[in-house]
Amino acid sequence: MNSLPELIFEISKEGKTGYSFSKTEFSDELIAIDKNKVREDLESFPQVSEVEIVRHYTNLAHLNHSVDSGFYPLGSCTMKYNPKINEKIAGMEELSAHPYSPHQVVQGNLEIINSLEKWLVDITGMDSFTLTPAAGAHGEFVGMQIIRKYLSTQGNPRKIVLIPDSAHGTNPASAHFAGYDIKEIPSNADGIIDVETLKEYLNEDVAALMMTNPNTLGIFEKNIMEISQALHKNGSLLYMDGANMNAFMGIAKPGDLGVDVVHLNLHKTFSTPHGGGGPGCGPIGVAKHLSGFLPVPTVDKKEGEYRVEYFKKEGIGRVKNFYGNFLVMVRALVYLLSLGRENIRKVGEDAVLNANYIRKKLEGLLDLPYKSRTLHEVIFSDKNLKVKTLDIAKRLLDFGIHPFTVYFPLIVHGAMMIEPTETESKETLDSFVEAMKEILKEAENNPEVLENAPHTTPVKRLDEVLAARKLQVKWEKEEKS
Amino acid sequence: MRYLPLTDADRAEIKNVIGIENTEELFSDIPEDKRYYPLDKIPSALTEDEIIKKFKEIARKNCFSEYLSFLGAGAYNHFTPEVVSHLSQKGEFLTPYTPYQPEVSQGSLQAMFEYQTMMTMLTGMDVSNASLYDGGTAAAEGVLLALRKARKKSRILISSGLHPEYIEIINTYINNLDYQAEIVDTDEQTGTVNLDDLKGKMDENTAGFIFQSPNFFGIVEDSQAISDLLHENKAYSIQAVSEAMSMAFLSPAGQKGVDIIVGEAQSFGLPLGFGGPFLGFIATKKDFIRQLPGRIVGQTLDKDGKRGYVLTLSTREQHIKREKATSNICTNQAWCALHAGIYLATMGKKGLNEISKANHLNTAYFVKEVGKYSHIKIRYKQNFYNEVVLEVKNMKVDNFLGELQKKGILCGIPLKWFFPDQQEAILVNFTELHKKDDIDKLVKAIGELK
Repeated sequence: MNSLPELIFEISKEGKTGYSFSKTEFSDELIAIDKNKVREDLESFPQVSEVEIVRHYTNLAHLNHSVDSGFYPLGSCTMKYNPKINEKIAGMEELSAHPYSPHQVVQGNLEIINSLEKWLVDITGMDSFTLTPAAGAHGEFVGMQIIRKYLSTQGNPRKIVLIPDSAHGTNPASAHFAGYDIKEIPSNADGIIDVETLKEYLNEDVAALMMTNPNTLGIFEKNIMEISQALHKNGSLLYMDGANMNAFMGIAKPGDLGVDVVHLNLHKTFSTPHGGGGPGCGPIGVAKHLSGFLPVPTVDKKEGEYRVEYFKKEGIGRVKNFYGNFLVMVRALVYLLSLGRENIRKVGEDAVLNANYIRKKLEGLLDLPYKSRTLHEVIFSDKNLKVKTLDIAKRLLDFGIHPFTVYFPLIVHGAMMIEPTETESKETLDSFVEAMKEILKEAENNPEVLENAPHTTPVKRLDEVLAARKLQVKWEKEEKS
Repeated sequence: MRYLPLTDADRAEIKNVIGIENTEELFSDIPEDKRYYPLDKIPSALTEDEIIKKFKEIARKNCFSEYLSFLGAGAYNHFTPEVVSHLSQKGEFLTPYTPYQPEVSQGSLQAMFEYQTMMTMLTGMDVSNASLYDGGTAAAEGVLLALRKARKKSRILISSGLHPEYIEIINTYINNLDYQAEIVDTDEQTGTVNLDDLKGKMDENTAGFIFQSPNFFGIVEDSQAISDLLHENKAYSIQAVSEAMSMAFLSPAGQKGVDIIVGEAQSFGLPLGFGGPFLGFIATKKDFIRQLPGRIVGQTLDKDGKRGYVLTLSTREQHIKREKATSNICTNQAWCALHAGIYLATMGKKGLNEISKANHLNTAYFVKEVGKYSHIKIRYKQNFYNEVVLEVKNMKVDNFLGELQKKGILCGIPLKWFFPDQQEAILVNFTELHKKDDIDKLVKAIGELK
């Protein structure tokens, strides 16, 4: 039984063609590879006509919820609108050079890299940036490598990285792959790091604190100056996870707040599309004492010409092929140029206004575990409800709204993490609030509606346990009936 | 500002609801002397038409497109059918997040399931994940996978024929973990892995060996012989591929004893894009799956018993396992994989094989044609795929490349960039986009540099 489009393999038929390309001008006699190294054919590979390809993927596209189709308040993911002009510029053939092109023939591209680095320096107040990391977690890994290398040159890389209990899972994973042991520190009753508690954890083994700011509860770590001072006094560094930078871009600079290393997500704050899970770009900004440790390559302007340092000896080495996700950088630069001085602060302001509006409207209806001031997102819990967070999330799908982030951060029971972003209208926020009110009423009077939700989606609630137990991660030919 | 739908009236009303007078109050947790800094360094906004004008100006400073290019070495210029970009650019594919709510993400999930399937067909492996960042980081993840699977072993061997950037990235990745890496030589005569050296360097602590095929010098390795040698020593065979197009013409690694295959799949429809975003892939045998890094899409049933797709085996991943996860990867290259999947389906069984073969034939034609010259030499004349090493005998490589550049040709990449002892060598690449005329033009230009 099947309500989805058939698989591309199931619509395939011997003899169909979906492409057109000029025939080779040479005969097989030229083949210079041993016969046993050449494959017979691509058995079972699809054979589909062009119109069928178009319909197949168009029909698949219709099954997706996306920012382009509706509200997507997925907390900590900053699902803002992805401007179309960004796509147009990133698609310019004149930018699509080979990465090993001699620097003289790609001066425009090097200018783009250099300009974006400058923008990020101005916005964050950090000393310098690398744009090579491919994603936030990749940036974290690079940032922790930089910290390790720096501490090593000071004589001791140290052993431990402190991470608050509200942190995203990539933080401990990234620090681990940089060779550190993780020690979790508890958030206080206000949902932030307590300076005195932090001090109890500080000793000569502590390399750094990885702190998300605003944190995953949406709360700004207001003791950041004291935290940074305590760390520095201990010879430790402050790493700021800037995944939530959208909350205060243009309002304050991490570089002014005692941060040593920060990562940004171009695919969050800087409007580049998430692509269903990537590609992203996770630039790393560092304070002056760490500038020498950035990975290769680096781009600089010397004597009126952009030059590339491709094989620097100092630094942490190479973390990604070529320059990183260049076309993502292009999109981010277009976005920043479009915002300019006039709007860069409004982004954070509107994002925070929108989130606080939702907070105020839902505050009496849902449990708010932390009462502190919140910025770009708000986190409720499912305490005192007859249904679970997951049920509310699934019911929202029937209203054409993508649910909030669920069950994260882990320190909140049944967390609902709502981040509207600045690119939503008040009308959209109001309709979300109305949908939530209706759902919460149903939860009270008719909880089965929620437990059986969603009702209107292309498929009903999917059995994830079955997927893991009876693994089927590719189409098998025998299955064809 | 067109990206900000709130009107001033909306803002006033929201402030009223929240109970604040000024927006700045929302930011009162930020130290007062640090917030609302002057923005005078930031340039003024550009309108959409100004943006287009500005980027046209920037693009004019790029002049690479005036050249006939034979640059490869891990990034390849292939043909992409129009439907591929047209379809992958749909907002419904481009603008969702990772499919955490599968009921409204079946489009991305099914497309990913199809991509995974096609990658297993190409590689001859049992399972593929849904993408990694790029070839270099995939190589590093492949090495880490082998080390995890081998449990108590801590040593890894790396072929000197692996892309030099991949080697650098592996080193950065394992640098701070308790692992050791050692390079295995390439045989100068054949341009392939020196099996004696491999044998000599293997010990009980060796978890695996990573080699590339076609290797960095363009030569197809004997994956079977390498894998056999490794298995005799209870080590894993990891094959890297920097030119995924080769897989449509060469025997699948899975049939040659390879345990893990990793690489770069940019060739499947993604533009050169000055080096990214590209598409890292990893595929392996069934019993490695619980150690795989990254997202995996699996088939399941919904409440009504209908077929559907979800992200599966997430207990391997960082959001569940935190520091004990198989990788720290979260955001990956999902859209690139979707795009590659559309490319593969469009080219299909026949097209992909034909195009792949054309790459080799074009290269073979060049090798044959330049055979007549004595001032240059093709280092390895057998078992290349779509790249060859050209040795310049009569002048410095920089002069040779400079002269060709004056003639409008980017002939290749000097190997001395990566190997200081290879002063004479250039890596030259041919794809299906080169026509006989283009190759003849290169051959003629080389002839003029006698």
